[in-house]
Amino acid sequence: MATAVGTVGHTHEESTVWKWLTTVDHKKIGVLYLVTGFAFFLIGGIEAVLIRTQLAVPNGTVLDAGLYNQLFTMHALTMIFLAIMPMGAAFFNYFIPLHIGARDVAFPRLNALSYWVLLSGGLILTSSFLFGEAPDGGWFAYAPLTDETFSPNKGLDFYTVGLVVAGLASLMSSLNFAVTIINMRAPGMTMMRLPVYMWMTFVVAFLLILSLPVITVALLQLYFDRNFGTHFFTPGTGGDPILWQHLFWVFGHPEVYVLILPSMGIVSEVLPVMSRKPLFGYTAIVMAGAAIGVLGFGVWSHHMYTTGLGTVPQYVFSASTMAIGVPTGVKVFNWLGTMYGGNIRMTTATYYSIGFIALFTIGGISGVMHASPPVDGQHQDSYFIVAHIHYVLFGGAIMGIFSGLFYWFPKMTGRLLDETWGKIGFWFLFVGMNLTFFPMHFLGLAGMPRRIYTYDADLGWDTWNFVATIGVYILVVGILLFMLNVFMTLRKPATAGDDPWGGATLEWATSSPPPEHNFDVVPVVRDRDPLWYNRDHNIPMPERPAHLHIHMPPPSYFPLVLGIGILLIGVGALSSLAITALGVVVAYYAVWGWALEPTE
Amino acid sequence: MAAAHAETQHHTTTGIDNRKLLMWIFLASECLFFGSLISTYLIFRGDSIVGPLPADLLDIPLTSTSTFVLLMSSLTMVLAVFGAQHNRLGLMKGMLLATIVLGLVFLGFQVYEFRHFAHLGLNLGTNQFGASFYLLTGIHGTHVGVGVLYLASLLVASARRNGLGKEAALHVDIAGLYWHFVDIVWIVIFTLIYLIP
Ligand code: HEM
Ligand SMILES: [Cu+2]
Repeated sequence: MATAVGTVGHTHEESTVWKWLTTVDHKKIGVLYLVTGFAFFLIGGIEAVLIRTQLAVPNGTVLDAGLYNQLFTMHALTMIFLAIMPMGAAFFNYFIPLHIGARDVAFPRLNALSYWVLLSGGLILTSSFLFGEAPDGGWFAYAPLTDETFSPNKGLDFYTVGLVVAGLASLMSSLNFAVTIINMRAPGMTMMRLPVYMWMTFVVAFLLILSLPVITVALLQLYFDRNFGTHFFTPGTGGDPILWQHLFWVFGHPEVYVLILPSMGIVSEVLPVMSRKPLFGYTAIVMAGAAIGVLGFGVWSHHMYTTGLGTVPQYVFSASTMAIGVPTGVKVFNWLGTMYGGNIRMTTATYYSIGFIALFTIGGISGVMHASPPVDGQHQDSYFIVAHIHYVLFGGAIMGIFSGLFYWFPKMTGRLLDETWGKIGFWFLFVGMNLTFFPMHFLGLAGMPRRIYTYDADLGWDTWNFVATIGVYILVVGILLFMLNVFMTLRKPATAGDDPWGGATLEWATSSPPPEHNFDVVPVVRDRDPLWYNRDHNIPMPERPAHLHIHMPPPSYFPLVLGIGILLIGVGALSSLAITALGVVVAYYAVWGWALEPTE
Repeated sequence: MAAAHAETQHHTTTGIDNRKLLMWIFLASECLFFGSLISTYLIFRGDSIVGPLPADLLDIPLTSTSTFVLLMSSLTMVLAVFGAQHNRLGLMKGMLLATIVLGLVFLGFQVYEFRHFAHLGLNLGTNQFGASFYLLTGIHGTHVGVGVLYLASLLVASARRNGLGKEAALHVDIAGLYWHFVDIVWIVIFTLIYLIP
């Protein structure tokens, strides 16, 4: 008897797992992205704690130089490609169809595939630690450090293969999102009525679609340099290390906007709702986002002033970099204008949004400082740059993501996170973040280079390094408080209701969490803030029809199989041709199955 | 109420089919992909320290022939789309087959060219020309190969009992976009590598 019971339980459990493995529902996929992104955020965080612990005091002995190099490289790669981007994609997945009034994204199976491929890329990159051969050339992997002579182990092959695979995932999801936003909008949802969050998503999709191919080529060339004897980036037969820098940053600068624009979009959703007032200057904020997208492709050489670009290119890139500060500033004023005179509710989401504005502005200002080539000559490769990137990435991107987590958690789970603990957690993150990163401005100006694994005692860097390390441990407490908050909340009953904040956008017009088909009746949009318009004009919610005849695309295991095929191809590129060949066969089988599978 | 799925498939905000739009945007991405490869080639032009150099190797009449073959395949592709759109399935299948064959002939030329160059001493690691030439044209050739597989799959599918269904025209049309794109890229490559010394 006991076995029978066990079997039943087992079958049941397996079927839940199977459901997640074969899901094509954008909301489930969004949750997968979110959990994955957060897990990598923790891994990246552990790497950061190790780095800071090593640097707490002069001549630290926690890590040796080799491991230190692997850790700072993997920290950046993990945070950028495996934490912030997936968490951004998580909200994209979950909220694009809900925001535009659609039942799903344009290509549900492609969406699932994107997730599995992203996970593959993450696994490939991270598994390098198991072999003790993690990439160690910095996240931008400058040549000739990446040459076989200087990086004889497989670390940089994990880098090229892992990033190509992760990039493929981002490309597929961006194509999917772009088509969805262009083509799947509810009646009345014109482009200029899209929520600002959707606009930012749209710009991000195009940034990725147009910049990922460039880094893919660079990574291919690096792979060839290391494995097939070419010399694209090494002097051998006349290669050019600076070419790598150009290709990398043509991608790299748009990439930093890929990281920040989603959070700008989240803040633009949270602040109007919490201020109970429409967004101030919708058109300006949309145009500023688009301008950032376009200008973002014309500033890459500000990462290369010290390579000897020549005077004229320095002028041009300095001017374009300073120009990109203008639309950025416009947005800051829009957010302030939105709050000004509003009846503001100080929720945790509001705290994080305001934190975002304050910290991001500091990062923006230091950015404009090193937009000037002579100033950059002082800042480049010093801790000042580390301060800048963390004010925009932690103070900006991560603060925005936390704002979104508190704002949307009730929609995704039907439960409101605890506000008191949320605010306490916020203060830990806010104080910890400033304690960690503000002193890095001083360290940088005092001449401390980035990427050194230790330093001597008599250089005047001791105090601020110690302070920075204390800050990290405060950050850790803040993150733990957030996780505790999530676990405790998930154990409580789902009582948040459909619309706890009095939201303006369509996701609040359906249940929490939404049904698989999102809306019983596809909503009609009459205004930029559709729900507020309906409320003010006494337009009732459409009645739920007695019978729903909505066919959603059935689950499919082909995305998973194709994902495995691509994973095998990647693993093969690191080991043996036979595995690649197997991967190609698996992928080809999956493509056929996919094409012939009925989707009705 | 109409089936939601059918709705999403056929009724879109812009009226363009989702899959066709996807292909258009994907090709925009491909422009930057080939743009980066071509830029690399141009940047390294004249930078080879040792031979063999382009002038020693490139055989313009030979490659003009293969270029002509690929151009003709665009013509047959147009006819295949025409056949699909006007419900002339025989024409469609014949022209798909012709396009596949022409694509394969082009690939044959490329294999010959690569082997010939290797025989004359040009390898990936020989000089900057070897590296950037093989990578660029090799990746282009891979695109042609993928295109051949793509068209062959359509041909096989159209031979099944229920054929490609009522969406045949759309499928062939989208494949055509891809094929023409790959063709145009070759024209650019041919001009830059072979014609402009
Ligand atoms: C007002 C807007 C901004 C300006 C003018 C600006 C300017 C700059 C400049 C000139 C550099 C090069 C410094 C050097 O290496 O010497 C830089 C580095 C960097 N910026 Fe910004 N930035 C801005 C906003 C952002 C945003 C929004 C992000 C990301 C969310 C970001 C992320 C980065 C990163 C990651 C680096 C360092 C890359 C590396 O060397 O590892 N920046 N920024
Ligand atoms: Cu930049």
